[in-house]
Amino acid sequence: MALKEYIGVSEIRGPLIIMRNVKNVRYDEVVEIEQNNQKKIGKVILVNEDTAIIQVFEGTQGLALKEPKVRFLGKPLEINLSPDILGRVFDGLGRPIDDLGEIVSTKSMDINGSAINPAAREYPRNFIQTGVSAIDGMLTLIRGQKLPIFSGNGLPHNKLAVQVAKQAKLKSNEEFSVVFAAIGLKKDDANFVVKNFEESGAIKNMVVFLNLASDPVVERIATPRVALTAAEYLAFELGKHVLVILNDMTNYCEALRELSNYRGEIPGRKGFPGYLYSDLASIYERAGMIKGKDGSVTQIPVLTMPNDDITHPVPDLTGYITEGQIVLSRELNRKNIYPPIDVLPSLSRLMKDGIGKGYTRDDHPNVASQLFASYSHVIEIRSLAAIIGEEDLPDIDKLYLNFGRAFEEKFVNQAFDESRSLDQTLDIAWKLLSMLPETELTRVNKEYIEMYYKK
Amino acid sequence: MKIREINGPVVKVRDAQGVFMNEMVRVGNLGLIGEVIGINGDMATVQVYEETSMLRPGEPVKRTGKLLSVVLGPGLLNNIYDGIQRPLEELMRKTGSFISRGVDAFALDTTKYWEITILKQKGDVVSGGDVIAELQETQSLKHKIMVPPLLGKGKIIEIKPSGSYTVMETLAKVETENGIVEIKMYQEWPVRIPRPVKKRLEPSIPLITGQRVIDIFFPISKGGTAAIPGGFGTGKTITQHQLAKWADADVIVYIGCGERGNEMTEVLEEFPKLKDPRNNVPLMNRTVLIANTSNMPVSAREASIYTGITIAEYFRDMGYNVAVMADSTSRWAEALRELSGRLEEMPAEEGYPSYLASRIGQFYERAGISENLNGTTGSVTVIGAVSPPGGDFSEPVTQSTKRFVRCFWGLDKNLAYSRHYPSINWLTSYSEYTENLEEWFQKNIAEKWSNYRNEAMKLLAEDDRLQQIIKIVGEDVLPDDQKLTVIVSRIIKVGILQQNAFSDVDSFCPLEKQYNLLKIVIDTYYRAKKLVEKSIAISQILPSELVSKLLTMKEEISNLEDFEKVEAFLKEHFDKLDKTYA
Repeated sequence: MALKEYIGVSEIRGPLIIMRNVKNVRYDEVVEIEQNNQKKIGKVILVNEDTAIIQVFEGTQGLALKEPKVRFLGKPLEINLSPDILGRVFDGLGRPIDDLGEIVSTKSMDINGSAINPAAREYPRNFIQTGVSAIDGMLTLIRGQKLPIFSGNGLPHNKLAVQVAKQAKLKSNEEFSVVFAAIGLKKDDANFVVKNFEESGAIKNMVVFLNLASDPVVERIATPRVALTAAEYLAFELGKHVLVILNDMTNYCEALRELSNYRGEIPGRKGFPGYLYSDLASIYERAGMIKGKDGSVTQIPVLTMPNDDITHPVPDLTGYITEGQIVLSRELNRKNIYPPIDVLPSLSRLMKDGIGKGYTRDDHPNVASQLFASYSHVIEIRSLAAIIGEEDLPDIDKLYLNFGRAFEEKFVNQAFDESRSLDQTLDIAWKLLSMLPETELTRVNKEYIEMYYKK
Repeated sequence: MKIREINGPVVKVRDAQGVFMNEMVRVGNLGLIGEVIGINGDMATVQVYEETSMLRPGEPVKRTGKLLSVVLGPGLLNNIYDGIQRPLEELMRKTGSFISRGVDAFALDTTKYWEITILKQKGDVVSGGDVIAELQETQSLKHKIMVPPLLGKGKIIEIKPSGSYTVMETLAKVETENGIVEIKMYQEWPVRIPRPVKKRLEPSIPLITGQRVIDIFFPISKGGTAAIPGGFGTGKTITQHQLAKWADADVIVYIGCGERGNEMTEVLEEFPKLKDPRNNVPLMNRTVLIANTSNMPVSAREASIYTGITIAEYFRDMGYNVAVMADSTSRWAEALRELSGRLEEMPAEEGYPSYLASRIGQFYERAGISENLNGTTGSVTVIGAVSPPGGDFSEPVTQSTKRFVRCFWGLDKNLAYSRHYPSINWLTSYSEYTENLEEWFQKNIAEKWSNYRNEAMKLLAEDDRLQQIIKIVGEDVLPDDQKLTVIVSRIIKVGILQQNAFSDVDSFCPLEKQYNLLKIVIDTYYRAKKLVEKSIAISQILPSELVSKLLTMKEEISNLEDFEKVEAFLKEHFDKLDKTYA
């Protein structure tokens, strides 16, 4: 099909350009804008019989009204894929930036993907061992799950994401391929990630997409989609198990807000557009397993909660879509606990069907439930102790306080390069539960108490 | 008609003379399904139920002359549809694991032969709603072939004999004032119009859910409405699943509206394996699933709840009790908001359109128990989940919903964090059916049902007040009578209200068992209270083995005789104390 090319644009508004007197433009098609030998990429976001509004991914800085050449490519935004993408580094739009040359593509795919038919999905049940006790024991990650990390500025979410990606393995010891998307990330953070993977040699099994804080804002809209398209290719075309880390989704949402503003849309909560939920869903729902296909896509999005507020629209809407959340706590971080996972507001929704008999260890569900109940009781007692003092507490409450401290220091706390097996994790849990009298363990079956309590 | 403008799912069409509101149209070269939602001169606004990527102005738009409708007939049960009733398994066969565009499939299996018994004869006079034939659709349900509701009176001039037919077969011809009408095994009905009934009846029978906190404290009637609001992670979906599994309805319509794909898969995998406790038939046999997950087109999400409730009304017309679970109505409301924004309508509260409340009202008003056109009684119960942003119940969707439902099961974040499920808060929740249903419970379960229930509620309210004090000074300093209240309330909370959805024994709790649990706990309270008045130490009155026995009754007792043993044990314990301290 002949490409349509125009010279000059009619109006420039923030990252949007408006073209009048253009014909036969398709909704959502890709546009190339060239000026002074510099190419930018955009996409059509509204079109009628003679006008098209185009969103420019790299921003409109430096564009003039009369000069740019605008080419309509007649296809949606696509990326080039081949098995060779493993071990490579790309920019936020999927163009190589590691001096190893272009990808000789065997296939190009629309970055928007298509919705998986709910009837074609396979329900995820396979346990992923991350080697992190708080996650494996109480917030178990399942293959095909989307489990975000809710963090705050200055908390070690980046470190945790890297640790999980490095240690993650399936029961069958199959390795994961990792797709890492940096979305508006600080350069240092991105370097930390890449360096760690290079050192451990994991980079050869990894694809990196970098949109750094200094890169164009609008490009961030595309970055997670580009990364997920690569992940779907690896999973459903090449049959690999893929772990996708999207860091940081708050930056993505802010880019979306900025764009929505330029488009003159009616803002919803905190200025975010009303369709933020649907938009986030179109990213997060691209995780899962498909009947009859070998691979899987597991997502760990990372987001920083502005002002640590979990009711902020970004974490709030994310929590409604994802299958649980891992919440990091500033208080635990201050106590020097790493990873500072606050288990009480955290949750893994798919855990219930992927642990216990036939999946992990038989006592796992009971132990997890008991740890939750006991630790939540610890928190109640702590708030009481803050008022009347620890001395005046009944003996049983003092036992609970000891349990609480040990739980944080021995169970949650571990080293960055320490990978615990599930058995180790559960054994630590039993050691801690044995600090409490047997009558307090109301959530554990008698047979497991006989088997593990004070053993 | 030609496309003039494309803005996401909203497409403007020119040369649209003659189209009518809510007419179904096919958009573009791919023939995407759309619905007319506005007409201005020769311009029409269409919402498209599929992705509009790569459409282009000038592409053709074709009329269908039909309102957005669903197909109603045998083969609905056991099936899974998207928001506009496209059968997802059929789509998968046609286009693979991902949903592609412009694919169409008839909602019912047209190749399957059904064994039909004809119930009418040539010459019989029939009118709308009358049953002319029936067939066993699944093990659990007899499907009735009805005359379409709007037919009026007519005489059967031709009718097929009983036998094996596909849904495409014309079973009878009826001569009416307006000419001869063919009656097929299926009928079509526009989703946005409620199917007519003869008369609405008073709700007086409970929908038994087997969930103690609901049946005992906040019961819902057959034909009632309920909302389950809760922030994320509070267990809305699990509660909905529990209701879909165990509620004593004949048909369940489960609408996954803008929610997770894996949740629908879970239902699809689990329901065929689970057995209905009443007739031992797989639960899937009474279930229709509508799955329009959050990443599927937003306009089809808007349509999905209408599709679901129209299917429910169709089964109601046969004389069945139907329960509709909508998870989540907030996502539906957000679809309204998104489309309203694209239409550049003036927003009201938080960007939602000003007609939000009236749309929610219209939806819930389609619930009810009624006398049908054919004289049978049927009901549609609607239970909608609400997902308030930040768990804040003061937002517009929760507030508007509260005005139109009569049961409010508020989920509580703090209960969920301490893994108390179902996390229905017993202080903020309410049911307006409690009085309507009191008589039923007293007649069918036990005379003293309400007395025990009210006593338990009183204790919980008192306990809440005491918990405030405990937070400040600790439990030890409370006087003994208050300590007793706290202990018994804890037994009610843990031993009765908490219910493990994943336990084989406790996932479903029959009413008799519910009553026995409640009775034993409250009777214990009465006897303990008398002893407390005699200044006997609490630890002696309610020793910890006894408390732990009461806490675990729900899991350990599965037949009613065992309750007698517990009662005997308690009686002995208290008699002994009474004697000692006489």
